[in-house]
Amino acid sequence: MRHLLSAGDLDVDSACLILDTAAQLASVTDRSVKKLPTLRGRTVVNLFFEDSTRTRISFEIAAKRLSADVINFVAKSSSVSKGESLKDTALTLEAMGADAVVIRHSSSGAPHRLATAGWIQGSVVNAGDGTHEHPTQALLDAFTLRHHLRDGTGDLAGLRVAIVGDILHSRVARSNVLLLRTLGAHATVVAPPTLLPYGVNEWPCSVSYDLDEVLPNVDAVMMLRVQTERMQAAYFPSVNEYSRRYGLDIRRMGLLPPHAIILHPGPMNRGMEISADVADSTRAVMAEQVANGVSIRMAVLYLLLGGMSEDDRKGL
Amino acid sequence: MDSAFTDSAFSGPARSVVLDAGDIGRAIRRIAHEIVERNKGAADLILLGIPTRGVFLASRIAASIEQIDGEVVAVGALDVTLYRDDLRLRPTRALEPSAIPDSGVDDKVVVLIDDVLFSGRTIRAALDALNDIGRPRAVQLAALVDRGHRELPIRADFVGKNLPTALAEQVRVRLIEFDDRDEVSIEGGSN
Repeated sequence: MRHLLSAGDLDVDSACLILDTAAQLASVTDRSVKKLPTLRGRTVVNLFFEDSTRTRISFEIAAKRLSADVINFVAKSSSVSKGESLKDTALTLEAMGADAVVIRHSSSGAPHRLATAGWIQGSVVNAGDGTHEHPTQALLDAFTLRHHLRDGTGDLAGLRVAIVGDILHSRVARSNVLLLRTLGAHATVVAPPTLLPYGVNEWPCSVSYDLDEVLPNVDAVMMLRVQTERMQAAYFPSVNEYSRRYGLDIRRMGLLPPHAIILHPGPMNRGMEISADVADSTRAVMAEQVANGVSIRMAVLYLLLGGMSEDDRKGL
Repeated sequence: MDSAFTDSAFSGPARSVVLDAGDIGRAIRRIAHEIVERNKGAADLILLGIPTRGVFLASRIAASIEQIDGEVVAVGALDVTLYRDDLRLRPTRALEPSAIPDSGVDDKVVVLIDDVLFSGRTIRAALDALNDIGRPRAVQLAALVDRGHRELPIRADFVGKNLPTALAEQVRVRLIEFDDRDEVSIEGGSN
């Protein structure tokens, strides 16, 4: 593995390797010395063209726990706001010797361009590109599902997961649908027709417009935030109406089987896609998702940077 | 023993069995006795095996100590992959499970257990890993086989068998928990 650009690039073995590695690395969090020397002397650049607090901090903690040096490059306070292109930014980072670039960009495909254009030698990790993909989020969701609903090992064969909300603008939904399929689980996306992307029928999942009908038959439900910042048109009549038809409240939580868990990638809009009492219930595992995110990102950085580089291997 | 017989019966000149199942059992019991003797009992002892086979050796030694001393000894596993000094010389390695007993290692006597002691680099990594987990009162080292060729100033406190080898030779430890039988053999070499 040289880059992590899409959850669709992972086969069962490589996905399970990341999950298993994360399971071993999770124990570091419980120690008094939360640090491993593994990536000492390597540099990880967080290249964030879009606002993100939790993903950037999660990657930063993960890299620091592995002793890598971390540079945060936030577009708003950098030369990008002065009109620099992605290419010139990349060439600058390359000249400064970045071993890995973690990129978040509002344009779908920016990480792919960065990885394949030959501007940089290092590994590229997609931390969310436009409405395309967010593979580490899908991996941490799979890790959380595996921990709660399987015995913490192997794949997710037979698991049924509902993904509810703004599928159209959600890179989390896309990555999750691809990874869940790879791991043998079955996903159902639930949303009003206006918030489903064109071509969703070709995705490897079922599609439903009716949340109440889906909930009794799933092992986990993943609520997504309605991304109003990406909406240039009216996709639903009102917040209230959306919430009434697609929000997860106490009554709907009661429709779930007793073992089912509730996930949310954050940030949550309490009262919109999820009610406050559901968000605070014991079945909601948001805090675990955040903790697992650090382990997953440590695993990804270790697997990308921990061993011999791809170029050295060719030289052998 | 019949293993000596099977050895001469079907393996070529490049492979010789140096310890059979009986020898390994005796070596483990002797190491267990030595650990108890050195530490004047088994109180405060923690045996940490280095994956893969060190972990099985650790539980066997612990069972043996329990027979000798009547005391139950804490056993764990310590994966040192993330502390190795040769990570960048090889493709990325998969991690093995670590399991540190709930009591922690602070103020305990930790006995590291590995199957083969060779360059000493694994043990160097283990000492670094241990340092991040806590501060043991003492650290000791037990190895089933010491094959020499140390590259660091590290020595074992308890050795099952000292085995002079050539660098080109490979020492292979098989344990019934992981392999098909209990056996230590020397393979390869230029003879």
